Amino acid sequence: MSVSFEALENILKRYPPSSEHLVSALQEVQAKFNYIPADAMTAVCNHLGVPISRGWAVATFYKSFSLEPKGVHEIKVCLGTACHLKGGARLVESLERELKVERGHTTKDLNFSLDTVNCVGACALAPVVVVDEGYQANTNSRRLKKYLKQVTNE
Amino acid sequence: MVQVSTALKLNDFRLTSPAALEAYRESILAERDPNRPIIIVCHGTGCRANNSPKVAEALRRAVAAAGIDAQIIPEIKATGCHGFCSRGPLVIFHPAGLFYQKVQPEDVEEIVQKTLLEGNPVERLLYADPGTGEHISHDRDIPFYKYQQRQVLRNIGKIDPVDLKDTIAVGGYQSLAKVLTSMTPDEVIGAVEASGLRGRGGGGFLTGRKWRLTAAHGRETPGPVYVVANGDEGDPGAFMDRTLMEGDPHAVLEGMIIGAYAIGSSEGYIYVRAEYPLAVKTLQQAIISARETGLLGENILGTGFSFDVKLNLGGGAFVCGESTALMASIEGKPGEPRAKYIHTVEKGLWGRPSNLNNVETWANVPLIIDKGADWYRDIGTEGSKGTKIFSLVGQVKNVGLVEVPMGVTIKDLVMQIGGGVPEGREFKAIQIGGPSGGCIPKEHWDLPIDFDSLSKAGAMMGSGGMIVMDNTTCMVDVAKYFLEFLIDESCGKCIPCRLGLKRMQELLEEFSAGKGSLADLEELGSLSLAVKDGSLCALGGSAPNPVLATLRYFREEYEAHILHQKCPAAVCKKLITYAINPELCNGCTACARECPQGAITGTKKKPHTLDASLCIKCGACFEVCKFGAVSVA
Repeated sequence: MSVSFEALENILKRYPPSSEHLVSALQEVQAKFNYIPADAMTAVCNHLGVPISRGWAVATFYKSFSLEPKGVHEIKVCLGTACHLKGGARLVESLERELKVERGHTTKDLNFSLDTVNCVGACALAPVVVVDEGYQANTNSRRLKKYLKQVTNE
Repeated sequence: MVQVSTALKLNDFRLTSPAALEAYRESILAERDPNRPIIIVCHGTGCRANNSPKVAEALRRAVAAAGIDAQIIPEIKATGCHGFCSRGPLVIFHPAGLFYQKVQPEDVEEIVQKTLLEGNPVERLLYADPGTGEHISHDRDIPFYKYQQRQVLRNIGKIDPVDLKDTIAVGGYQSLAKVLTSMTPDEVIGAVEASGLRGRGGGGFLTGRKWRLTAAHGRETPGPVYVVANGDEGDPGAFMDRTLMEGDPHAVLEGMIIGAYAIGSSEGYIYVRAEYPLAVKTLQQAIISARETGLLGENILGTGFSFDVKLNLGGGAFVCGESTALMASIEGKPGEPRAKYIHTVEKGLWGRPSNLNNVETWANVPLIIDKGADWYRDIGTEGSKGTKIFSLVGQVKNVGLVEVPMGVTIKDLVMQIGGGVPEGREFKAIQIGGPSGGCIPKEHWDLPIDFDSLSKAGAMMGSGGMIVMDNTTCMVDVAKYFLEFLIDESCGKCIPCRLGLKRMQELLEEFSAGKGSLADLEELGSLSLAVKDGSLCALGGSAPNPVLATLRYFREEYEAHILHQKCPAAVCKKLITYAINPELCNGCTACARECPQGAITGTKKKPHTLDASLCIKCGACFEVCKFGAVSVA
């Protein structure tokens, strides 16, 4: 995927060239492109005047950065303690089988990204899976499968 | 966007003095008709997920369509989380205080007809006492609320968090006005010290002392001093800070402004985890409206005191809840903690004195200023003052957010407020303090919940996540779960944490497969102590706690795995088998259709059979069977 030069410029021009803005600028890049393209990383680091190695150090440290393009739909399975006790792990496993993709990755057709998160703070809804913006509360593998089909067809 | 834009919108209206704030408050109250009905629809994350915005929308439409007399058209208000998340969406009618639970858009028509027009409750939407089945009309009479003491949460569920007028109407920013007009910075610090408030983020350090230290270091050298609110609530199973930021963001801001005045700071940061989009949005709006109104920014309330905050988004790293890691993250670096030979009160953000407090700690401050340190000291125990918010989750009937005075016993919290364990199962233990805490078994459930009793028992207060476990919870699995969590989150800087935890996990992995020996169990114990003593920061130093606590209280469960290859709770995959009971199976074929392995066969309406050699123990059949015919042992 090529990086739109203009979109990147729009992000960079809001940051003075100082290293403290590295995380912020990368988060905007992530939000804009859904991942951190290598070209964008180079541009951000050059603009802020930090070594590119430091840019990658930041991008690989924080979970919210992705180095590969994300799918159209993002599935986040909560594995907080409450969800763990109520079968969150079973849900990830069943989604891995259903979508034929390992957690942390995106399906070949770029339709779904499957990730786990540590806790979305919605423990009363456990086990919970967040698909895009929507919280699937007290869910199970069967209902999830149905929901994903619905999302695909929309 | 780590730094969320809170740029100033132009607005002519500014409060230019504390007297103007008071006059504004009076004008808001005068505008409001105390008898006007208000319908509150909870818009916390839990209720939203269960459709509450649609309920509010349906109510608006139905009320408009019902042709209610213009004088008494109810105001429909979206508020923050009421805490009783397992019963959402919640709808409350004021002034009567009628409390409806599990309301769906389909119920709205009946509500408008029966309750608004005829003045009668819709019985099926009332909370029913699980013991007697009796309907309870008011939230104050429901045990979940009755035994709480909601001080810090007092406004949540009453105010619209993004409407500054609502905050001001209930007395918001009054404490700030008091501080700016009648107290010196030193007096403010003195009041917080006298209150005995201890940090709500986990450490339990005395807040007043921290403020005094930061202020003193700030005076030593010229340059900025920072105040930081830690909203990187990373403990799994905890959502106190989320609720505060979403439901009463101005209380957090007010606390910070008061702290900044006391410490001598003009710049602050709120660091919120990115997993809380609603909290980010609410805080963003709160900052903008406070700044527009003259409660934040230049020349606050015309007193000459200036303080402003920036809103930073976390990057999804648990370790960033640690103060030095959080500050590194704000500086745009990977969030790796540093050794604290020099504390952050001396050298924190950009090497300058910095005062970091948890969101809940900040929200306590206006309360202490308003009601006085003596009032605050009267609540709680000798060493732990005030109330504490807990998220009560896991295997408990009433899942939600509760606020109780320090010193309440675990038993009262779980049984009275939580309503006990569901489906007649047995309470086994409670995990307190997240991955850095420990579990407390039933034998000790008379323990008062305060900082010191909990550490003595091998758990810790932590940020306030309480996870109830019952006999379907395997303690070896729980220890393994927390270790895996921490291995994932360890920043990798120091060896004891990076490698020690990994080795501990390998041992636990063996135990959960029924392998290993008692000597390995001893090794696990001694390795835990080595990691505890040798790690650089609190994350590593407390990481072995869940293992140590389970070893201390549930050693026999470890032994059952190692010596008898049995998982008593039937959780550890390698030690369990699934089977179909032919007497209970009616051949509905649900399990056979769900089984990803084709391990289940049988003809329709005849008992099915499960081929154990094909079974991968995914549990799909167990989950889908409505007749309890699939058993696991």
